[in-house]
Amino acid sequence: MTDIGEAISRVHREEWARVVATLARRLGDLDIAEEMAAEAFATAVERWPVDGVPPNLGAWLTTTAHRRAIDRLRREVRREEWHREALMLADTPEPLGAIDDDRLRLIFTCCHPALAMPARIALTLRMVGGLTVPEIARAFLVHETAMGRRITRAKTKIKAARIPYGVPFRDDLPARVSGVLAVLYLIFNEGYLASDPGQEPVRHELTAEAIRLARLVVALLPADGEAAGLLALMLLTEARRAARVSPDGELVALRDQDRGAWDRELIAEGHALVRARLATGQPPGRYQILAAINAVHTDAPDARDTDWSQIVALYDQLLRLDPTPIVRLNRAVAVAELDGPQLGLAEVDALPLDGYHAYHATRAELLRRLGRSGESRAAYGRAIDLAGNSAERAYLTRRRDQLAGP
Amino acid sequence: MAQYLMSVLADSTALATEAEQAAIDVFNDRLRSGGHWVFAGGLAAPGTATVVDGRDGEPVFTDGPYLESKEHVAGFWIIEAPHLDAALRLAALGSRHCNRRVELRPFLG
Repeated sequence: MTDIGEAISRVHREEWARVVATLARRLGDLDIAEEMAAEAFATAVERWPVDGVPPNLGAWLTTTAHRRAIDRLRREVRREEWHREALMLADTPEPLGAIDDDRLRLIFTCCHPALAMPARIALTLRMVGGLTVPEIARAFLVHETAMGRRITRAKTKIKAARIPYGVPFRDDLPARVSGVLAVLYLIFNEGYLASDPGQEPVRHELTAEAIRLARLVVALLPADGEAAGLLALMLLTEARRAARVSPDGELVALRDQDRGAWDRELIAEGHALVRARLATGQPPGRYQILAAINAVHTDAPDARDTDWSQIVALYDQLLRLDPTPIVRLNRAVAVAELDGPQLGLAEVDALPLDGYHAYHATRAELLRRLGRSGESRAAYGRAIDLAGNSAERAYLTRRRDQLAGP
Repeated sequence: MAQYLMSVLADSTALATEAEQAAIDVFNDRLRSGGHWVFAGGLAAPGTATVVDGRDGEPVFTDGPYLESKEHVAGFWIIEAPHLDAALRLAALGSRHCNRRVELRPFLG
């Protein structure tokens, strides 16, 4: 890729949400905001190689998109009222307040409870995360055209039903926030373990965006334990990023990571958040328990020092809130460390997760430890077929090829 | 300001009880004082409906509602609200006062 090509894809990752959010506020229309943002990026692809890259990329994109929107609104007679509104709003001073972030307004709109949950997630990933429709479709195992329709339908409802572009009423906030947190966690996970083999295995821009938005939500609702818990979980996960992929692009398992490469500052911040939540004495929610599990991991100077009994106890607590097979799978991994691979495998084998790559990867590792090479190789094969992440595939392939015998 | 149709969904043709009617009156006053009131009305049972097709020559009259369903619209409000969040609050309040589910649907703007 050329330097300019790289500059454009970088600026797309960094500026997409800001451009859409700013336009949505100025124009009061999410659909036009998204379309004009996309056109502005397309113009950049045309113009920048000829004219050179402008000094302030974000401002150039927003201005270009806004001009195009005004041009289009002028052309559309049917939208005359709109046009007037848009022109009027264009020079209105930005409202200042506790929550002065267009992206947060955008995310509350995208996560509105009048939209079905799958639509909220898809819309937020498109509008705020800047993911493409194929990426979102893949993340949810939905066909591309179906995902496109889902997003279009959601945008149509936002406009027709006048879902407001703004922060909810104060007493609606707690309920609205839990929906936002679920979406942010999904964005974070897509960045942490990208599902597309054509993507970089770890997409820092997505994890960073999820963390930035989580910080805003925490600032907005300082008493919300789950918002703090989610932020802590993200920080403690992000802290291990540098150690998580080897120089040759292979995923590094937690036990093999160079703990010296972990980000001590993020860990300290994450631990402080977990401690502060514990100090409240309030019963923890799902994100707070997951954060506590990650705090136990990041507390161990060496993998051998990990307090696995504490981790199993935390998974037991999590199972009471969230009794899903995936939580059971993660608990079984901890059980294998605490009580041996035989017991861990017995728990894993009972789970209905045949379509999930981590299920097969976990089985493969436990079968390897039990010396059952043939079965282990087959399980690695299934895991490799199902894993979308390139670094994870590389890791699983090497582990499989290390196995001795037929 | 946008207008929304708030349909009251009922699974029986029983009229509102006295207590429900009193609560509905309180809600109506609240709509008026808040500047949200446009129109409201209760409807007679679906069995009293007549479907009329006048598209083609002599009109055809069919006795009964166009759709036989377990639930029907027993009444409605037309409200005015700046956006969906405000309308949803009113709809939640309306549902509580009339003691039935409501469907909120925007008019074409």
